[in-house]
Amino acid sequence: MSQWKNFAKGFIKENPVFVLLLGMCPALGVTSTAINGMAMGLATLFVLLMSNMVVSLVKDFIPEKVRIPSFIVVIATFVTIVDLVMAGYAPAVHEELGLFIPLIVVNCIVLGRAEAFASRKSFLSSMVDGLGMGLGFTFALTLLGSVREVLGSLSLFGVKFMEGDGILVFILPPGAFIALGYLIALMNKLKKA
Amino acid sequence: MAKKESTFTNMVATLFIVTLVASTALAYVYELTKEPIEMAKLAKKLKAIDDVVPEYDNQPVDDMYKVAAGDGMDSLEFYPAKKDGKLVGTAIRTYTNTGYNGLIILMVGISPDEIIKNIAVVEHKETPGLGTKMADPKFKDQFKELDPSQVDLRVEKDGGDIDAITAATISSRAFAKATQLAIDTYKEGGTK
Repeated sequence: MSQWKNFAKGFIKENPVFVLLLGMCPALGVTSTAINGMAMGLATLFVLLMSNMVVSLVKDFIPEKVRIPSFIVVIATFVTIVDLVMAGYAPAVHEELGLFIPLIVVNCIVLGRAEAFASRKSFLSSMVDGLGMGLGFTFALTLLGSVREVLGSLSLFGVKFMEGDGILVFILPPGAFIALGYLIALMNKLKKA
Repeated sequence: MAKKESTFTNMVATLFIVTLVASTALAYVYELTKEPIEMAKLAKKLKAIDDVVPEYDNQPVDDMYKVAAGDGMDSLEFYPAKKDGKLVGTAIRTYTNTGYNGLIILMVGISPDEIIKNIAVVEHKETPGLGTKMADPKFKDQFKELDPSQVDLRVEKDGGDIDAITAATISSRAFAKATQLAIDTYKEGGTK
């Protein structure tokens, strides 16, 4: 498989949110606005990229039976770094997402990619995979956040384009499920076409 | 290179090294970000104080004192703002657990003659688009220049004078309750 294909699969063919349906907790929990979705996506991207790289580097030194605990420690370390750095340098974003950042540790995509991909493939492939999957996740969360923000708050990236209140349900948790459902349907339609 | 075998010593050694490296890295990052995090917290507090009291020339954060807030409640933090040694207002960090999604923290500014000057929302987890509107001037500003002895600080639904946010009565009620707590505490022993 070429590196380009490896990179691009994260967007459409194997998009973590729309196709693999992994990492649903942050995908549904924080996407009430486009900015929140994007910030969460980028935080996950960083963790995914770093953990994929580290795991593929150390895979030969880790005994089979303790690989999961080792991977989890690696992932948790990067998540904590993101958490601390965000709290220090982007307090406003951290305030919005604070609750969900530690949850990246148990995000299925991160451990899933470490276990299914990075622990078997070369360093370069793992890096490209982390980047592709992370960007795919960011893309999905930003799209979901945009749809919810446009319908629910009549604004996009915090810029209001119309007066009024919007359809409130899209800001609330049920709206996340509804919006996600329609986006998956749309994605499937686009893929077939 | 072949995979390492899963022998007892191999596994213990591997996990030990992995955790050692991880904790060292984390300790380093923690030290690095400690100061910026503290600064960000302080800046936020100062901004909230600035928002609710008139101009001052002392250090309200250094002069902070705590006042007990009644049974089973955490004491509130009072930040006195003084100009030329004279008290011009007090910023009270008040809270309530009755929000739609738990804790709400407000900074209430009270003048020495017990008039509410302004209120800033410090922390909350209310529903985006509904309860979050309590930070909007449309709701918040009805508390400005209120004399708590003249008005009933409850939402209209409860027989008070506060116009609640549409579809966010619980958040509005909690906001009013936290404000009331600040005032009660101030009256009971806030002036120092």
